[in-house]
Amino acid sequence: MAALSSYSMPTEQPAFSFQNQPQSHASGGPTQHSFYPYTDNGGSTLGISGSSFTIIAGDTRMTSGYNILTRYAPKLFRIGGEGPEHAGAKIVLSVVGFAADGQALQERLDMVVKMYRYQHGKDMSVHACAQRLSHILYNKRFFPYYVQAILGGIDEEGVGALYSYDPVGSYEREQCRAAGAAASLIMPFLDNQVNLKNQYEPDAPQGLEKPQLQPQPLDRQTVEELVRDAFTSAVERHIEVGDGLQMMVITKDGIEELYSPLKQD
Amino acid sequence: MPGFDFSNHNRNLALHAQGVPLPKATSTGTTIVGCIYDGGVVIAADTRATSGPIVADKNCEKLHYIAPQIWCAGAGTAADTEFTTALISSNLELHALSTGRKPRVVTVMTMLKQHLFRYQGHIGAYLVVAGCDPTGNHLFTVHAHGSTDKLPYVTMGSGSLAAMSVFETQWKRDMNRDEAVKLCAEAIQAGIFNDLGSGSNVDVCVITPEKTHLLRNYITPNVREKKMRDYKFKRGTTAVLNEKIITKEEISKYVVVEDVPGEQAVGEKMEVDQ
Amino acid sequence: MNHNPQAWGRPRDDVYGAYNSQYLPQHHGGPSAHPTTHTQSPIVTGTSVIAIKYSTGVVIAADNLASYGSLARFTDVKRLKPFNRKAVVGFGGDVSDMQYLDRLLSSLDVQENYSHNNDDPEDTKALMSAKNLHTYLAKVMYKRRSDFNPLWNSLLICGLDEKNKPFLATADLLGTTYSAPTLATGFGAHLAQPLLRKAVPDEEASQKLDKETAVEVVRECMKVLFYRDARSMNEYSIAVVDEKGVELKEKEKLENQSWAFADQIRGYGTQTV
Repeated sequence: MAALSSYSMPTEQPAFSFQNQPQSHASGGPTQHSFYPYTDNGGSTLGISGSSFTIIAGDTRMTSGYNILTRYAPKLFRIGGEGPEHAGAKIVLSVVGFAADGQALQERLDMVVKMYRYQHGKDMSVHACAQRLSHILYNKRFFPYYVQAILGGIDEEGVGALYSYDPVGSYEREQCRAAGAAASLIMPFLDNQVNLKNQYEPDAPQGLEKPQLQPQPLDRQTVEELVRDAFTSAVERHIEVGDGLQMMVITKDGIEELYSPLKQD
Repeated sequence: MPGFDFSNHNRNLALHAQGVPLPKATSTGTTIVGCIYDGGVVIAADTRATSGPIVADKNCEKLHYIAPQIWCAGAGTAADTEFTTALISSNLELHALSTGRKPRVVTVMTMLKQHLFRYQGHIGAYLVVAGCDPTGNHLFTVHAHGSTDKLPYVTMGSGSLAAMSVFETQWKRDMNRDEAVKLCAEAIQAGIFNDLGSGSNVDVCVITPEKTHLLRNYITPNVREKKMRDYKFKRGTTAVLNEKIITKEEISKYVVVEDVPGEQAVGEKMEVDQ
Repeated sequence: MNHNPQAWGRPRDDVYGAYNSQYLPQHHGGPSAHPTTHTQSPIVTGTSVIAIKYSTGVVIAADNLASYGSLARFTDVKRLKPFNRKAVVGFGGDVSDMQYLDRLLSSLDVQENYSHNNDDPEDTKALMSAKNLHTYLAKVMYKRRSDFNPLWNSLLICGLDEKNKPFLATADLLGTTYSAPTLATGFGAHLAQPLLRKAVPDEEASQKLDKETAVEVVRECMKVLFYRDARSMNEYSIAVVDEKGVELKEKEKLENQSWAFADQIRGYGTQTV
């Protein structure tokens, strides 16, 4: 009866690894069909922090197998602020992976941050919010939220803050991070262009002593251009990335949202 | 011995049982279509080749030559479509020489289905065969297991449903050349924009009893925009630990060195920044 | 005489033996070793649902077939369910789960009617919007998947939001939700969505689309689905939701089918007669 499911097209063609449901038993035994509660909705996100801002970006395509479900499904969410419009929010969460879990995670974190303000009369710091998010994720250690999260904001010193997470809550503050389907395409580019990995002083003599280029804090214009180039390149080489680029720039004054189209093929 | 070499079959079976995954083949998870019109036949294809979710080639050719007036669009495993069409093309040439007649499209279709049936679907070639011969204009599909179909309009590949939706709403009898080309291009574009396995450009091939027109990159709706930044590295940025220079004179002691003039020798120019 | 009224009219134990409750679940007196069971695959199913937003409302359609495997089992199953006068839900997937959700929506409607005076035109703000309904259904679906007891459906929820703007979104058995100017579930995602997107590529285009064109595009898609989806039929339901309310037709027949290609076909290969 599995073939009755109207959710996947019967196909003889090679499928993605995530479409093969994990089999717990050794081959040879009877196969039992059971409900698998996860899926991968594709897409990619990326975050870069600067000296006075943080930029988080994500494409807006949502996929299922070889299908585009929608060309506009934001992966970036404002956290906290007032009311359903999140007025005055200064924290952004990006989630990529299983979209339903991402939505549930976003709603829970938003509720926590709003309750914090209601109970303490002040905004939650990014540092505290980041740790709380880790706890929310680890709470579901044995039935995880299947998402890679990136949290961005401005810390208490006014410096851009960026935290990245694995699905079960391990987290780290970083300068830059790419997540999702095209993470393996974008991250090496970021290592090279943001942290200047594999780049050495051009004028110094060759040899083991040749000094590495030291990463400098980037200005907002440069970061926005790097983000755009990272995504237009990912669109060229990854089938699940495309349609639109949503960018959120967090400064001490609040969140600025930018949208620009990407290729639709 | 002619044919495939199966000497690693048992070893690979054992490896697979131990959990070693199959190597990922480049697949043309594709949209291909064909359509007969009153003066000939048109086939068309997108130009994306994929390996899993990664785009392996942004502008590959999926329209294969069989004979001057018989062409074939291929979906499925890239190597299988290429080698199968090349093999049949070669055998067909010998057949045409031996009979002294122009090759027939039904002959190609029959050779393909018998070859593919023999391999029970293990050769993953899904083809649209089209052409003109003394018996008329013909269009077939051939599946990897060896079954065939003869219809006035056909689609195949992962984008076949998207493309078919266009045919089912717009196809009509007795179209002229321009109408048929436009319809096929529309069907391919439905695949390009709605199926993730298909993308980039539209290739079209129009075959008439007189002449064949291959319209490579007939429509290019997915041109990459200019990059925002310049990624030229200053000379000396890359650390070099060791350097050894082999001169042309030195290497020519062991192999024949020949200068290839200009860029004409390069089949397709690689995409680079200015 | 047996003086236990519960035994009256039942097969006598001394004649027929005690009732064998072996197959029953635990809470109905079944054996404790017997596990509770959940839907692991759909049984009687409905195929695609398709919908499109236009300038002032939404058009949605689904055929009237419920299949049992490859058997066309029930041919008059209505899969579009109106909710108050602002929303319609279209159901794909398991029909018994659809009927459960329909019952859930009926009781929700009763609750809503008790808490608001929905007949008062001044009080329309209190009316639950399609957006509210979508949020509710998405939470039901996500809760059930998280309990490993999914409702095996994909739903399209369409109608008007709280500002009376056209609304269209989906929820499926995993609790996944998304929205777009055109949506299609099941086979429709492969066959109808390309045609719908060609008519309405983006939000801007849907705001310019008129009702007649929207209905025409949807009818054309139903025809293509009948041609190519083996689990479909030629009788379908279509609903238009706008400020005037829900206009639901449940016995539409496909018109102007084209089988012009068929008389040319001779065999599948070398046959010519």
